[in-house]
Amino acid sequence: MFLKEYISDVYNGVTSLLKGMRKTGYYFFHPKEIITQQYPENRATLNLPERFRGEVVMTHDEHNEHACTGCTACELACPNGTIKIITKFDVTPEGKKKKAIDTFIYHLELCTMCNLCIVACPTDAIKMAQNFEHSVFDRNKLTKKLNLPGSKIREGVE
Amino acid sequence: MFSLEGITNAIQNWLYNTFNPSWALVFECLIVILLATGLFAILGLVLVLMERKVAAHIQIRLGPNRVGPGGMFQTVADTLKLIMKEGLTPDLADKFLFNLAPFVVMIVAMLLLAPIAFARGFQIWDLNIGVLYVSAISSLSVIGILMAGWASNNKYSLLGAMRSGAQIVSYELSAGLSVLSIVVLSGSLQLSDIIASQENGWWLFKGHIPVIISFVIFIIAVTAETNRAPFDLAEAESELTAGFHTEYSGMRFALFFLAEYINIFIVCAIGATLFLGGWMPLHIGHWQAFNHIMDYIPSSIWFMGKTFFLIFLIMWFRWTFPRLRVDQLLNLEWKYLLPISMFNLILVTVIAILGWHF
Repeated sequence: MFLKEYISDVYNGVTSLLKGMRKTGYYFFHPKEIITQQYPENRATLNLPERFRGEVVMTHDEHNEHACTGCTACELACPNGTIKIITKFDVTPEGKKKKAIDTFIYHLELCTMCNLCIVACPTDAIKMAQNFEHSVFDRNKLTKKLNLPGSKIREGVE
Repeated sequence: MFSLEGITNAIQNWLYNTFNPSWALVFECLIVILLATGLFAILGLVLVLMERKVAAHIQIRLGPNRVGPGGMFQTVADTLKLIMKEGLTPDLADKFLFNLAPFVVMIVAMLLLAPIAFARGFQIWDLNIGVLYVSAISSLSVIGILMAGWASNNKYSLLGAMRSGAQIVSYELSAGLSVLSIVVLSGSLQLSDIIASQENGWWLFKGHIPVIISFVIFIIAVTAETNRAPFDLAEAESELTAGFHTEYSGMRFALFFLAEYINIFIVCAIGATLFLGGWMPLHIGHWQAFNHIMDYIPSSIWFMGKTFFLIFLIMWFRWTFPRLRVDQLLNLEWKYLLPISMFNLILVTVIAILGWHF
């Protein structure tokens, strides 16, 4: 009984080790599996993973309209104060006052790309872009205004 | 046909005809020293590059590819850097032992080179107890490692050295027993005799399953003896920074690094000699035509090919398996490898006595 267990131990150990070696051996003999990208050379054909997060951007459609209601959910969700929203009051044609954003300030230098603001946004106004070449000579240039000049909220977004 | 034997014989004849015998011997020694040092330097560069490339491809990376075409000169650049670095000796270290240790490790690696047959008739010293010599000398390297660990005056170094001691003492047993199975089959301790006994087929194929088992045990044991992953407890960079060579820098560190790779080369050369026929070409029974074609490949290429195949196998192990814990390491040796190799030795002896091998 003991001997049977012993032999099955050895057998299981050897087969599991061989399974691992088969996997790594497959990778060794199939260079097409290599995922390294030689970045500065392949800048034109760079192939980033779908979930790569580079910076927060606000999406605008062709009428220069966005979906941000100025609810500040993203500002509250941000763990390190990256986002600052300045609101204003628009007057609708009916003469009612309506809250809207004046400026969406985004401090790229503080952002950790944690994705919490995108999750928090109820109207999907902001999303993560894949641009990662952020180096500049002046850190003030990293403080960005995300809503385009003259943009306004899209009709029907509450 | 290209043969190293002709070159060595011509040089020897010329030396003995030109000088008196004692001077000729001195010149031969000098030539051997030059060749051995050159081999060490080239092996260090080639094996480190090979290791990095193999590691990269196994981990789906590219590896060094910026220095020279395809990263060919990466290790040359690294060596230049190490030569220019300062070799620091810690304040409270035992200075004599600390500086001696890398040379002890290196000298052990050099001594092991003596009985290896690199090609037909190309061997430094064909002594009649070659296998015993190899297994005796290879265990000396632990002295250098213990010396380095103790003299560093660093608890991590000492821990690494102690682990290395326990490891080498235990794994030597199964390495020795698996080597013995070939000695039993060929009936000689002399490496040239062992190679000659494999003329009609390598022992790995001639000796049935018991020899395959002892080959596997041999490979596992020498991986442990050379302190390589998955048995690199002596270095264990995640636990002990770098184990016994934590405090070394510059060229003294490079000597340890070099000695590790030279040791891999040597144990793989021994493995190739014992199990895969050394420089003997692949011969299959009575296939005369096939055997003749195989004879046309020079014996040095056969030897190097087999050795580098085994080196690749050991690198493959390193980049596949996770490191063992100390208790797992000793369990593997004392509960599995040693009993199996003892039982295996009996089987091999029965095969040898009854003449069941081909």
